Amino acid sequence: MKRRTLLAGAAMALGLAAGAAVAQDDKTKVGFIYVGPVGDGGWTYEHDKARQAVEAEYGDKVETVYQESVPEGADAERAITQMALQGADLIFTTSFGFMDPTINVAKKFPDVKFEHATGYKTADNVSVYSARFYEGRAIQGHIAGNMTESNIIGYIGSYPIPEVIRGINSAFIHARKVNPDVQFKIVWAYTWFDPAKEADAARTLIEQGADVILQHTDSTAPLAAAEAAGDVIGFGQASDMAEYKDGPRVSSIIDDWAPYYIERVGAVMDGTWETSNRWDGIGAGMVGIGEITDRVPEDVKAEALAMKEAIAAGEYHPFTGPLNKQDGSQWLAEGEVASDETLLGMNFYVEGIEGDIPE
Amino acid sequence: MIRLEKRPQPSRVWRLATPLLAVLATMIAGGLLFAVLGKNPVEAIRTIFWDPLFGEFAFYYRPQLLVKGAPLVLIAIGLSLGFRAGIWNIGAEGQYIIGALTGAGVGLAFYPLDAWFVFPLMVIAGALGGWAWAMIPAVLKVRFGTNEILVSLMLVYVAEQLLASMSLGLLRNPEGMGFPGSRNLNDYAAGSSWINQNAGLHWGVAAALIAVIFAYVLLNRHMLGYHIRLTGEAPRAARFAGVRPARLILFCLGTSGALAGLAGLFEVSGPSGQVSIDFNVGYGFTAIIVAFLGRLHPVGILLAGALMALTYIGGEIAQGNLGLPAAAIQVFQGMLLFFLLAFDLLTDYRVRVTRSEVA
Amino acid sequence: MDLSAINPVLLIASLMVAATPLLLAAIGELVAERSGVLNLGVEGMMITGAVTGFAIAVETGSPLLGFVGAAAGGAALSFLFVILTQFALANQVASGLALTLFGLGLSALAGQRYVGIKPPPTPDLDIPILSDLPVVGPILFGHDPVLYFGIFLVAGVWALLKFTRAGLILRAVGENHDAAHALGYKVVRIRALAILFGGACAGLGGAYISLVRVPQWTEGMTAGVGWIALALVVFASWKPWRVLLGAYLFGGITVLQLNLQAAGVAIPVEYLAMSPYLITILVLVILSADKSRAPASLGRIFHASQ
Repeated sequence: MKRRTLLAGAAMALGLAAGAAVAQDDKTKVGFIYVGPVGDGGWTYEHDKARQAVEAEYGDKVETVYQESVPEGADAERAITQMALQGADLIFTTSFGFMDPTINVAKKFPDVKFEHATGYKTADNVSVYSARFYEGRAIQGHIAGNMTESNIIGYIGSYPIPEVIRGINSAFIHARKVNPDVQFKIVWAYTWFDPAKEADAARTLIEQGADVILQHTDSTAPLAAAEAAGDVIGFGQASDMAEYKDGPRVSSIIDDWAPYYIERVGAVMDGTWETSNRWDGIGAGMVGIGEITDRVPEDVKAEALAMKEAIAAGEYHPFTGPLNKQDGSQWLAEGEVASDETLLGMNFYVEGIEGDIPE
Repeated sequence: MIRLEKRPQPSRVWRLATPLLAVLATMIAGGLLFAVLGKNPVEAIRTIFWDPLFGEFAFYYRPQLLVKGAPLVLIAIGLSLGFRAGIWNIGAEGQYIIGALTGAGVGLAFYPLDAWFVFPLMVIAGALGGWAWAMIPAVLKVRFGTNEILVSLMLVYVAEQLLASMSLGLLRNPEGMGFPGSRNLNDYAAGSSWINQNAGLHWGVAAALIAVIFAYVLLNRHMLGYHIRLTGEAPRAARFAGVRPARLILFCLGTSGALAGLAGLFEVSGPSGQVSIDFNVGYGFTAIIVAFLGRLHPVGILLAGALMALTYIGGEIAQGNLGLPAAAIQVFQGMLLFFLLAFDLLTDYRVRVTRSEVA
Repeated sequence: MDLSAINPVLLIASLMVAATPLLLAAIGELVAERSGVLNLGVEGMMITGAVTGFAIAVETGSPLLGFVGAAAGGAALSFLFVILTQFALANQVASGLALTLFGLGLSALAGQRYVGIKPPPTPDLDIPILSDLPVVGPILFGHDPVLYFGIFLVAGVWALLKFTRAGLILRAVGENHDAAHALGYKVVRIRALAILFGGACAGLGGAYISLVRVPQWTEGMTAGVGWIALALVVFASWKPWRVLLGAYLFGGITVLQLNLQAAGVAIPVEYLAMSPYLITILVLVILSADKSRAPASLGRIFHASQ
């Protein structure tokens, strides 16, 4: 057994050398691991758009490869290893569930750089990056709070995890700020992507009086439901969803990974890549705010854009005190700003939201 | 006119020739598909069937064939016993999930205790979990005569919901920043099923091989195996031979459930590492196909499992290297199954071309 | 908690929409199973119908042609199942699973060009006066034509099975194919037709999701509805009207749980989501005491020489 192990280890080492040798040519090879199909029109679609942007930026100097619909778990580790073996210099793994596989593979390939989206484990050759979507949610909340006439805003959540809860809190705080009567109705779909279920969820919320729909799931189905209902507005999620511009979509949060990807690929090219933990927002261009349509009144649009500028410039933080937790206990004092650590692990609603976060 | 004539004995020649013929036909049809998609068909076929075994990085892919094939073989062996006796467990996916949950649950309960008995206890718990889940359709069939195909299938969905509930609740990693999913058992040496990760060896691989031998001996040398075969081939004769159907049902469903549960446990404590919402990737369903491709014979199942694993791994390589969409690989696998199933006809039947008589 | 926020009329109207894809797929599978064929490929046929229906509706601008195309697409895929199980005498369980795998892949390839496109809208019936009636209006007269077609289909299948000679033959084939063969019925031909009907219905159900319920095309968008349809046939104990009831129940549970959530009721979503399956098992157990049960030849291979 020992002997077999040794041999296998040697083979692995040899393989690594071979992999490194392949990588010696002048093209920088960049790999992408996607959790969904590139045609999902949302999360993976945007990552793939950024991959194409990298190709457009560097032309012949870069070669990109990708693998789509990679299940999280054992298959992911193999997919990542395979890319490293094929001589990738930099690999983006674009889903939270790829965290442990990425770390495992990174240990075996110290010369390959890894970038893991939305996770929290780093290493010498593993960076993590995520976007401050809650900044965009603040702007959505502002618009939604102004525009609702029924004072009921529907929110379609995916899973009850910190990222989603952050978005709900951010939107709620800013909706309440402009409209003290506003109420949130929150529905958990328990999926990131299931158009039929999302459509049902949106319809349900509309039937219960919501005239604004916010969504943290990735399909355009809620917008289609809003359009069918008539007097309801919604927002694009993950991608611009511009095809609903003439209808219910009044703005959108766009995941724009292109600036970051171009920057990191460039860093690998000129040898300046270092491990980092990047959590970028509107300022760095990672979170884009899609065009605000004419359905939004002029003054509200101006305020929303002003807020966007203030957030981008770092003058305003969406979680600025005084803010209380749902149970009324104090969370942030006057002028205090939430720490990234609290935000990353956020598992509570702010004061005013009704209902419990499901366990 | 073409007529089918049942052979008195299944043809030995065709038994060996049909799988080869099917693979050949798939290569031709698949090659056409790849050509339509604008890829070099020869290169694509070579990548799928040759590269995992003899390509540049075969030292990595060969062990991965074990990782991918082991759960398929382990589950399929269990299923084949019942299938031979006309007892249809198609809910192995559910038993696989439950085995992973109970096994991982026991392991996580002992965390971080480093003791030799943790893993054996997990193995027992995993097998028991799968067994108990399969006992539901078994007992219902014995007691009420309900259809086990349908009950076992229904229980897959119940198990999937339980899995989601567990990953978000009871088994959630307390240090996971609120994200769904359990602790990673790979970081817990006492609860890991790996023997040698670089060689692709974990206890599930060993268990699969043991199961093959066990099934072979059972079917060929043991009274119970004879009863199983007799019940499938001649149910009435089996009654006269003293077979008790109820006991046979409990045995076959129980065994297949326990093996599926074991497969789940080995997967969750090895290649996958953690309980997560998307833990199951369809091994339980694919194993049904493997069982039929292997003609319900232990050695055949071993070969069929290897073939399936090959198309999975090769398909992934083709995605990464040639940019073939994941969907094309799915279609390719579907074709392979169609041809294998269709050509199987030649084993049991003779195709006769007869001149239609003039009336 | 605010249960008064739930409007029962709208709830019923929207659960009818949610139930229709299930209903269409299940009534087709019911006919196939009544003829003794267990086709586990419903999911694959649905998604194929979803993409062909969507593509044709977009290209021609006509939702009606889209639905016709979807039925043809679903039937075309089920023809593969006919070849495998009726002519090549392959195992039905394995063939059905292979069909689903193939259909999911094929639809994704075929649909690549249609991501992010809006289909032409399928208009609701808008009957003057009737559609505007309170309560009855939205529930009975405010839907799209396909929804009514689904209900009509249930009635048609029921009448066919119960009153016609064709229905009698179909049932005979499903109960005992050897006896039916001995009586001179073309077992293979009848089953082939039943499978094709099942495929066409599944295709319609898929297109209902991509053209009406969502409406858009994305890979894998049927998201397991085909499997639920299989459960539904069992739940209905192979009786058409119970399929209708079951579809509203199954579709209703999804819509109801979303409604309860939106109304602020804390419910364990996973446990509610598993309830239809548990109920189905319970129904199976109860049925075992009843005389209605699965067709006797379900899933068995037929060859005339035997």
